[in-house]
Parts: sequence; structure tokens; C-alpha cells
Amino acid sequence: MKTLIVAEHDNQSLKAATLNAVAAAQQLGGDVDVLVVGSGCEGAANAAAAVAGVGTVLCADNSAYEHQLAENVSLAVAEAASSYDCTMAPATANGKNVMPRVAALLDVAQISDITAVIDADTFERPIYAGNVIATVKSSDSKKVITVRTTAFDAAPAEGGTATVQSMAAAHDAGVSSFIGEEVAVSDRPELTSASVVISGGRGMQNGDNFSMLEGIADKLNAAIGASRAAVDAGFVPNDYQVGQTGKIVAPDLYIAVGISGAIQHLAGMKDSKVIVAINKDEDAPIFQVADYGLVADLFSALPELETAL
Amino acid sequence: MKVLVAVKRVVDYNVKVRAKADGSDVELNNVKMAINPFCEIAVEEAVRLKEAGTASEVVVASIGDKSCQEQIRTALALGADRGIHVEAEGRPEPLEVAKLLKGVVAAESPDLVILGKQSIDGDNNQTGQMLAALAGMGQGTFASEVNIGEGTVQVTREVDGGLQTVELKLPAVVTTDLRLNEPRYASLPNIMKAKKKPLETLSPADLGVDIQSHVALVGVKPPAERSAGIKVESVEQLVDKLKNEAKVIS
Repeated sequence: MKTLIVAEHDNQSLKAATLNAVAAAQQLGGDVDVLVVGSGCEGAANAAAAVAGVGTVLCADNSAYEHQLAENVSLAVAEAASSYDCTMAPATANGKNVMPRVAALLDVAQISDITAVIDADTFERPIYAGNVIATVKSSDSKKVITVRTTAFDAAPAEGGTATVQSMAAAHDAGVSSFIGEEVAVSDRPELTSASVVISGGRGMQNGDNFSMLEGIADKLNAAIGASRAAVDAGFVPNDYQVGQTGKIVAPDLYIAVGISGAIQHLAGMKDSKVIVAINKDEDAPIFQVADYGLVADLFSALPELETAL
Repeated sequence: MKVLVAVKRVVDYNVKVRAKADGSDVELNNVKMAINPFCEIAVEEAVRLKEAGTASEVVVASIGDKSCQEQIRTALALGADRGIHVEAEGRPEPLEVAKLLKGVVAAESPDLVILGKQSIDGDNNQTGQMLAALAGMGQGTFASEVNIGEGTVQVTREVDGGLQTVELKLPAVVTTDLRLNEPRYASLPNIMKAKKKPLETLSPADLGVDIQSHVALVGVKPPAERSAGIKVESVEQLVDKLKNEAKVIS
């Protein structure tokens, strides 16, 4: 059994999501290698070589991969994948963008968003917005898998002594180009890796009121999230969205404010260690999963909470 | 330009789906079905392109048993011009759906193909990307904005941490995210008109595809339950519990 992990990185550094995918691959048993596809990505490749349990790091470093466009990256991944039994990536926006292309190029199915490894062919994954967990068995000889990062404890980032091999592959499909990006600049931790997350829902009433979460987030070094209802209502950008169609988080502390607790939201946060819910509707479903529930008007509770912390 | 939109018939998003008692599959008897919400956004985007004079024709395709003609009619009522139903029994997997859609693309030669980013039943998030790979097209996944240029399309994508804009050569594939648009409701006159719009039925063989299965469903189970905790009376008590009982803040 040989598994190739497609690294999540920004050329300079390796993103933590890669470590969760390595952990999932280790459950399959056998060798685990990492592929870094980027441009000037030596930093990321060296970081991948330090991850405990990684055998070899393949590094495809070419200007065609600078912005990790799926059309180009998938060609490099598919080429490398031909020598592996299984190719895995974390189910991040990048992984979701690239890996189905890889699967199609290899003419195999992709198994998306696995939450458990049963054996080399059998996996668990949530379907129907997390209402149901399916056990699925693949009959493909080569597997392409994306991993729900919150379901696997990260492999240690240090302790490995993998060798870095450069891969000559230079693929430019020539059908896409990068125009620009707007990355939210924030001093706060990233939503998917923060140890504390405070999220607002429709109960916040408008986008301006999200500023009431900021003071608390600052005190707790928390990331700010939102329910799909709040995103749909235009209160905050979609990259705040926690839920089955947004980001999946599992922090030590999750504070849900003015969120009713639709299943699609619960699917994105119910693996959090401690859940706090603040909602004025005492029958809100969010209270059924909350460790600590406070039935209160958020507009009085939030300032009080900020002061009390 | 011609726009092809793919739509999927799924369980209505308001239905709480449960596992059958024997755990063999989900209970889908007598549940309300609907067009997948992300696919509805795809139809809306195509219809807006037509209304803006950018698109000349909107073709909507769906793959499934006969019942998915209902969702094609819904899309026609929202403003699509004609439908293509590819008849397939059971639940074809995303790779097979992508192969069938590639066949439709070969027959129709659309300039742009718009799909939902994922269906709310299988939650796979694969078909658009697979179709793009098979057809050798560029892809703008998780789109929140689509702007057609001269032989190109610029797509603003919702990515981790923000937005990314890419430019793709046409023909290209776009998959929709939530904030691309807000779909309209079909008016009664348009629902009536949709009944008269052309709807063609094809078989996988017509498209040169032999449907295979790569992944078997072994069983389903409900997710692990999380038990409810306690209600606290005040913010003060909450902070005390978090500090001294849960020990998650200091």
C-alpha cells in the first residue's frame, strides 16, 4: 500500500490540513509520501519532509503551478498518482477543486470528505448534510480520496526525515489564468484551525452587529464564523460559513450566537469539544447539542460576556 | 453563445433524511423531491445571461430516471429554452454523470456549462470538475461572480480565506456557490409555458457511455448523537463554567 498526499500549502509553508490527511493515510497502513505542487515551493516541501511518518516528498516546482490552478495542478498530480495505490488530499477549497479532476483523469471515482477509514477499500463519509453517515466500499484499484480534516488528529509536524525529490513535470493546460485574489486580512486565527470559534446567525440581524462578536473574539483569540442563514442574508462573506456547504470546524470551544441550529450548520461544528449556545428562543435546536446553553437576548448577553472575559 | 446547465433531482432541502431501520440505505419513500438548490442557482445564472443578451440559448440537462423530467420542467419554467433528459436508472456516480454530460457537451457544443457545486444528497462536489477534466476545459468552481468576455469568462471563486478570480478560455465549466445569485420563483404562466418547451430523451448508449459502478454503498447510520448539556442562568455563570468546569478559557 502506497499513499500519496497532495499537500495544502502556500509555497512558503505547509498548511495544517495536510497533517490531518497524513494521519488519515497512516490509518490505511503502508508508505505515505507527500506531493507539493507549486512555484518556489521549496519551503513547503521542506516543511512536508519534517512531518513525522512521511517517506518521500515529491516536489513539482514550476511557474505553471504558481496559483495552483486546478487545470495544471491536476495534470501533475495525476502523473505522480500513477505510481500510488491511493492519492489523498484534505477536503479544503483547493482539494475539492483539484482532486475530482485527478480522479477523472485516472478514470476512477473520488471518495469525498471521508471521516473514517474502515479498511483499505472501505470508508465512512457524511451525506445529506450530515444527517446520515454512509459506509462506502470502493472497487477501483486506484483510489482518489479527500479527507475531512476535523475527523483525523493531525500527524506531528516535526520528527520526520523524508527526502525531497524534485519532479520534472511541467504541465500547463493553457486554458486558465490567475487574475487576482482578495484574501481577507485578519490578525485572527484561521477559522478551520482556531481553537476557539464564535459564530453569528440570523439572530445577529445585520452585518454591522457582527462587530459585537469582535471584542469577544479578540479576548479569546477566536476566529469568527457564521451560519448559512447569516451568509444568505448577506451579513458576512461566504468564507465565514460554518456548515456542510461551508467550512467544517472542530475547535476546543465553539460559541453559537443567534444560531437556531439547522442540521446543515450542526454538520459543520458538532465535533467541537465544548459548544456554547446563546439564543433567545429556548426551543432552538442548537440547545440540543450545546454543552452550555444561555437563553438570552444576544444584544444584552454579548456586551456582558465581553466585559466578563 | 449557448449555455448548458445540468440539474439534479434531490430530496427537498427541508426534508430531514433518516437512515432506514435496517441501515441499508436512507428512507426516500414519499419524501418531497426538488431541484438541487445549487443547480437552481446555475439555472438562474444562465437565464440572467440570456436576459442580458449574452446567451442566445439555455439548454438544461438532467440525468436520472423519468421522474427527473419534473426538475427539467422546473428549470424550463425558470427560463431555460429546452431540455435534455438522459435516462439512467439507480444513482449514477459523479464520474458516470460527468461522462454522460461530456456526451451532451459533444452533441450540443455549448460555450459555457454551469452546474451546482454539489448536490445536497451525495454531497460529493465532483461532477463539474470531472466534466471539465474529461472535456479538457477550464473550471471556475464555487463561483460567486461570472463575467463573460471575448472568448473568455472571468470567474470569482469562493476559496478558503477569501475570493480568487480566474480567467478561463471558452468553452468552460462553472460551478455555483451560494452567493452567485438569488433564484427567482417560477410564475404560473411560465410554468404553463414550460410544459410546451421541447424536451428530448436520450439513453446513455446514445452518448456512447456504458454506466459503471465504482463505489458500493455498504450501509448508512445516523451520526453520533451529541447529548444536550445544561442551561446556565447568566453570562456570569457561563463564564464560570467555561473557566472552571470545561476549562476551555482561562
